[in-house]
Amino acid sequence: MKEMLSGNEAIARGAYEAGIKVASAYPGTPSTEILENIVQYKEIDASWAPNEKVALEVGIGASFGGARALVAMKHVGVNVAADPLFTLAYTGVKGGLVFVTADDPELHSSQNEQDNRNYARFAKVPMLEPADSQECKDFTRLAVEISEQFDTPVMLRTTTRISHSKSVVTLGEPAGGLPAPALERNPAKYVMLPGNARIRHRFVEERTDRLADFGETLAINRVEMRSTEIGVITVGVAYQYVREVLPEASVLKLGMVWPLPAGLIRRFAAQVDKLYVVEELDPFIEDQVKAMGIPAIGKEIIPICGELTPAILRTAFNLPQTATTEPERLPGRPPNMCPGCPHRGVFYTLNSLKAYVTGDIGCYTLGFMPPLSAMDTCVCMGASIGNATGITKVVSPEERQKVVAVIGDSTFLHSGITGLLDMVYNKAPATVVILDNRITAMTGRQENPASGYTLMGEETFQVDLAQLCNTLGVQHVRTVDPYDLADTKRVLQEEMARPEPSVVITQRPCVLIKREGAFERGESQAVDFEICSGCKACLKLGCPAIIWQPSEGERGKAMIDPLLCTGCEVCAQLCKFSAIKALR
Amino acid sequence: MTTTTVTNILLVGVGGQGTLLAAEVMSEALMAAGYDVKKSEIHGMSQRGGSVVSHVRFGQVVHSPIICEGDADIIFGFELLEAYRCLSFLKPNGTVIANDLRIPPPSVLLGKEPYPGGLAERIKASGAELILVDGLKLATEAGNPKAANTVLLGALSQRLDIDERYWQAALEKMVPAKALAVNQKAFQFGRAI
Repeated sequence: MKEMLSGNEAIARGAYEAGIKVASAYPGTPSTEILENIVQYKEIDASWAPNEKVALEVGIGASFGGARALVAMKHVGVNVAADPLFTLAYTGVKGGLVFVTADDPELHSSQNEQDNRNYARFAKVPMLEPADSQECKDFTRLAVEISEQFDTPVMLRTTTRISHSKSVVTLGEPAGGLPAPALERNPAKYVMLPGNARIRHRFVEERTDRLADFGETLAINRVEMRSTEIGVITVGVAYQYVREVLPEASVLKLGMVWPLPAGLIRRFAAQVDKLYVVEELDPFIEDQVKAMGIPAIGKEIIPICGELTPAILRTAFNLPQTATTEPERLPGRPPNMCPGCPHRGVFYTLNSLKAYVTGDIGCYTLGFMPPLSAMDTCVCMGASIGNATGITKVVSPEERQKVVAVIGDSTFLHSGITGLLDMVYNKAPATVVILDNRITAMTGRQENPASGYTLMGEETFQVDLAQLCNTLGVQHVRTVDPYDLADTKRVLQEEMARPEPSVVITQRPCVLIKREGAFERGESQAVDFEICSGCKACLKLGCPAIIWQPSEGERGKAMIDPLLCTGCEVCAQLCKFSAIKALR
Repeated sequence: MTTTTVTNILLVGVGGQGTLLAAEVMSEALMAAGYDVKKSEIHGMSQRGGSVVSHVRFGQVVHSPIICEGDADIIFGFELLEAYRCLSFLKPNGTVIANDLRIPPPSVLLGKEPYPGGLAERIKASGAELILVDGLKLATEAGNPKAANTVLLGALSQRLDIDERYWQAALEKMVPAKALAVNQKAFQFGRAI
C-alpha cells in the first residue's frame, strides 16, 4: 500500500509502525504536523506539552516506564529541552526514545538558522537524518531499535524541506510482541547524582565508539559508486540535489550523521579522484572528514547560510545555469494578521501610546509589520517579559513607563511564567500584556492549557490566567476586551503609568478557532461613501478587509470586503465621521 | 540527465486560497497514475495572506522536491500577480494557467502603490502560453465560488497526460463529501476550457 506523505506524516506513521506508546511535543514549524498526525493512531497517547523541556521529560518518563516514546520539536525547541537531553544521554533509556528535531534552514518561520546536528555531538547521542518521506518513516523505526540496542536516546533530524515535502511511501505493519510497560527500580542508572553520573559518562563515551563501529556496516550509510571522477559525501535533502545535478557522481549518502563511520569515509575517499562534502548550513561532516586528514572541498563552494537548491549546486560545480532575469519590483505580499484578529487593536493602541514593546514568538510577532509597527524586540519564546525587566533596570523613570512586554497565552504558558515571577520578585515596573486568544494560533490552532482541550480532543481544565498572575504576586491584573479600543487604551495607559509590575490580559478568541461557539462573526461592516472623507484613519489598522479605492483627481475612499470582514467593528471605532456601519 | 523526464508544475497563490489543497489533489492523481511524485511547500507564515508557492514534480524518478528558476513546465496560478511574480521559474515557452483574479497585497490596500496593470499582456510578451480562466465565475455557476481552484484543476488536467479517472478518484479522496458534487461540476467546467 502506497501513500503520498509529508516527512512529518511519515514520521507519525513510523511511530505507529515502531510501536511508540507515548508522544509529546510543543508545536513549532516545521515539526507541528508530526503530533497532529500521530493522533489518528489510537494506540499512541499523544499530547501537547506546555514547552519542549516538559515534552522531553514526559517522553523520558514513558521510556523509563518501559514504553517506546517519541518527542518532537523545532530546532529552537531543542534549546529549551537541552537540559534534560544532556543528562538523558547519560541515563540512557528503557523503552526506545526518538527525539525529533525539525530544523529550518533559510528561516522560513524561525528566528535563527541553527544546525542541530551539533547537538548530537554536544550531547553525545546518535543522530539519523532522512532524505525523503520513505526514509522518515523507516528511520523513525530504526531509531527506536538503535535506541534500545545501545541504551541511548536517538535524535532524528529533519529540515523544513523534508518535513513539508510529500513523496511516495510504502506502508508497513506495526511491530508486535513488545514488553508491557512496568515500574522497574534502577537508581544507579536513572538517578544522576555525581557518583552515578561519573560511571555513566564512561559508558557514554564507550557507547559512541560502539555506535561508530555499528555505523560502518549500517545499511543507511550507503555508497553508490558511479564515475570515480567525483565523489560526494552528502546527507538529507542535499542528497536529492546532488543526485539531480550530478547524476554521474559517486555518492556516500550518510543516514547516520553522528557518530560518523570513519572507515567507510576513508574507503570512499580512496576510491574517487576528487572528494566533495555537500551539506546544508554548518560544515558538520566536512570538519570531521578534514580532521581525519582527508582533503575535501565543501564550504569553499557550498554556502553556509540558507537552504541549498539544485541551482546553487549547479553554480558551485560550474555547471550551465538557466539564465534568469533581474527580478522586477512588484508589490510584496507579506503575511498579515487575519481580518478580525483580536491582536490588531492592541498593537494599534500600543503604537499610538508610543510604547516600547518587547515582543515574543507567535502570530502577534506580525505586530512588527507596518502599519501597526509596534514591536521593538523579539528574541525567543518567553523573552518578552525578561527583556522588559532588563530594560526597565537601565532606562530613566520616564522611559520605564513606556516599556510593555507582549506575549500570547500559549507562549506565556511555555516560558513566560518564570519571567513574570522574576519581574514581580525583582520589582521591575513594566507592564505585561497577555494576548489571550485561547489557542496556539501561529502554528495552526493547537490546543494548550488555556484552551480547555487536549490534543486528543478531550475537555480538560482550563488555566485561569488572571488567577495564575495573582498567584505569582502580580497585584494589578486587569482583563480587557481588545475589540473595545477606548477601554483597551484607557487600561493600558493606567497600567503603563503605574510604577509597579502589572498585567493586562486581552481576551478574545482567535478567529480561526473552528470549535462551535468559540468565535462568532459579527455583522459585516461597510463604508458609507457619502460620509467617508478619505482620511485613511481606518487604514492604520492594516486590516486585509479594508481596501483603499483611489480616485482620479479627487480623494479616494475606503472600502470593506464583505467576504473578508468578520464584523469586529474595530475600524468603525476609528472613524471620526461614523462612516463605517454594519452592512444591512 | 534524469531531469529531462521530470515534469515541473509550480502552483502559486495567496494564503487562504486553497493552493495547497489543489497541490494535494494533483499529487494524489499523479501517484495513482503510477508516477513518482514529490511535492514541496513552506507552511507557517504563509497561512496569513502571504504568497504561497507549492512545487509538484513527477516522472519515473524524481530526486529534488523543489523546482529551480527556469525549470517549470507549467505555472499554475490562483491569483494574477502571484502568477506573474513567479514567471522567472517558467521554462522558455512554458505554459501559464492563471485564474483571472486580482487580490490586492497590503501596500495596495493601503493606497501606497497600485496593483500592477497589464499582467496578462506581460505574461504573453515573455513568450509564455497563457490560459486565463475566469475561475470565480465558473465556480459560482457550478454552485460555490470557493470551487474556483477545482475549475483551474480541470483546465490543467486537460494538459497533462493522465487518465481522467485518477483525477476523479483524487477529488473523491481529498474533497469533503458535502462539497464533492459542486467540485466535480467545477472540474468539468474547467476541462471544457
